Amino acid sequence: MSQDTLFDKVWDLHKVSSLPGGSDQIFIGLHLIHEVTSPQAFGALKDKNLKVKFPNRTVATVDHIVPTDNQSRPFKDNLAEQMIETLEKNCLQHKIRFFNIGSGNQGIVHVVAPELGLTQPGMTIACGDSHTSTHGAFGSIAFGIGTSQVRDVLATQTIAMNKLKVRQIWCENKLSHGVYAKDLILNIINKLGVKAGVGFAYEFAGPAIKALSMEERMTICNMSIEGGARCGYINPDEKTFNYIRNKLCAPKNESWDKALLWWKSLKSDKNSIYDDVIKLDASKIEPTVTWGITPGQSVSVNQQIPLLEELSQNDQLIAKEAYEYMGFNPGQSIKDTSVDVCFIGSCTNGRISDLRVAAAILKDKKISKKVKAFVVPGSEKVATEAKQEGLDKIFIDSGFQWREPGCSMCLAMNSDKLIGNQVSASSSNRNFKGRQGSPNGRTLLMSPAMVAAAAIEGKVSDVREFIDK
Amino acid sequence: MKSNLILPTGKISQIRGKCISLIGNDIDTDRIIPARFLKCVNFDSLGKFVFEDDRKTLKGMHPLDLEENKDASILIVNSNFGCGSSREHAPQALMRWGIKGIIGESFAEIFYSNCIAIGIPCFTLSKKSIQVLQKKNNNKILFLEIDLKNSIAKSKNLILDLGIKESTKKMFLSGDWDATSNLLKNSSLVEKKLKELPYIRFNAES
Ligand code: SF4
Repeated sequence: MSQDTLFDKVWDLHKVSSLPGGSDQIFIGLHLIHEVTSPQAFGALKDKNLKVKFPNRTVATVDHIVPTDNQSRPFKDNLAEQMIETLEKNCLQHKIRFFNIGSGNQGIVHVVAPELGLTQPGMTIACGDSHTSTHGAFGSIAFGIGTSQVRDVLATQTIAMNKLKVRQIWCENKLSHGVYAKDLILNIINKLGVKAGVGFAYEFAGPAIKALSMEERMTICNMSIEGGARCGYINPDEKTFNYIRNKLCAPKNESWDKALLWWKSLKSDKNSIYDDVIKLDASKIEPTVTWGITPGQSVSVNQQIPLLEELSQNDQLIAKEAYEYMGFNPGQSIKDTSVDVCFIGSCTNGRISDLRVAAAILKDKKISKKVKAFVVPGSEKVATEAKQEGLDKIFIDSGFQWREPGCSMCLAMNSDKLIGNQVSASSSNRNFKGRQGSPNGRTLLMSPAMVAAAAIEGKVSDVREFIDK
Repeated sequence: MKSNLILPTGKISQIRGKCISLIGNDIDTDRIIPARFLKCVNFDSLGKFVFEDDRKTLKGMHPLDLEENKDASILIVNSNFGCGSSREHAPQALMRWGIKGIIGESFAEIFYSNCIAIGIPCFTLSKKSIQVLQKKNNNKILFLEIDLKNSIAKSKNLILDLGIKESTKKMFLSGDWDATSNLLKNSSLVEKKLKELPYIRFNAES
């Protein structure tokens, strides 16, 4: 059992009681909600005649269903309109802060909470969304929950949960030029597998992690869940504190000093005990692309799609399914795979630094005529900042469409969808069958820089050929 | 989908029913219920859309569409079942199709806790035993009787030891799997905790 890790400390701090069933009752410091997984929870509260216990510990925004082309109300899609109206009504009735479209602070919930300064070290954070692990980048313990648990958090500010084990993933050295946080996390998932993290919290550590910016750290923690880990975190440091400083909801003045003092005390001890430790060399990682139907099925851009016999027995079944679904032959190069759609966005890679990297590659270039490409900023704030820097213009000049913030084609609950068996180069986090809106649509996950390169060439390309050495 | 669906409540100590096998590792919740069906403000109509895209592709040959499986209630799956999105819509859709219990090699964590929260016990079994079950179930009707107390599944000439966490088992046997009531009991402890947490204070002051 782990001891004295940040996870242990935050868990113990938030433990309210041991429940009769053997799990712990954990206090949730920050509860985030959105339109898709909350309506049934509010419905259940009503059925049980319960109130929201601490309304100011829950914050709402709308992201999954919002259209990104025309956001005027009512939405064209009746069902989407009904969902946003339900959220508006529930927030109003229960006095919950709601960052709605046009507020200047709406966006993907995992982009919005950090940029508002809501996400802070040492907190427990829960949201009815599996990518809540993102917030662990700040040294919080953050995890996705189901709708029944959303109901529990609303009603009691707590959930019942078994304590997780802790695996440290130590990343030596530094990422090389043209290689990004996305490549690192895709490699970690590939190495450990998509289910290795079940029952674990992942602590990402080591020089390579230390060197990452806060936004890159969010990309890493965001995809912990794709490796099976419900929660991923990084010990907070000066970068963390500087990111939070002066944000809208960050502590100010004397409170800031107190916060800083406490945050600085929060980290895994030097001789803390882990349930497991894994080491890898970040300098060996190359730009990476998924070729299959799980985020674990990836190769470096200059490698071939693995042969069946190169894979472990356990991975062969899903590999066969993937070859067939993707229409790839084992042993074929992933490079030069033709793409139809390019998507830059999502809670993994829809932040301002992602847009900057992609725009730098697209500047003064045109994308391939056969490609439909669009960029969906992660939040209204990201969009505003990008416009101030003229990034929107660079994207548009290159042939990209510039859209309004939301989840968009990460899960295709709005009208942004693949058609038929189109191939997309996507900066999002999931390449599951049908994920991007077409039952036979195909997704290649990669970094936003790699998506930009693919858009220019109309095929999977090595981004290192597009950037100055 | 059953028209006379009764959702689980109270103590759950036994599940009896016909098995249905879904073969494959890493079956994600996007496949169990595609995102377009998440546009709903309640779960009621989800049963008929479970595995919609997989079923369409197989044109009536998907296990969920086979006549002999229509009234099945115990799902047999392989490893990492329910990975991906946290959507409770996935177990809700399975439950509303008629599934009352799941036996698998392993489950994704959020899916597993979602199942418990709505009263669907999930059991683990070795890879080999799962394959034996799925083979037996292949083209043949297989009835199982799951006894939670003893963690065993029985059918004619077959007894299997099922894996389930002791704590989870207790919750089903006592009827405490619906966590809200237990959590509500400690209201004063929760209020105390709120006062103790440093960040609640320094955020309130700003
Ligand atoms: S961007 Fe994608 S992964 Fe992130 S919250 Fe939205 S739908 Fe989920």
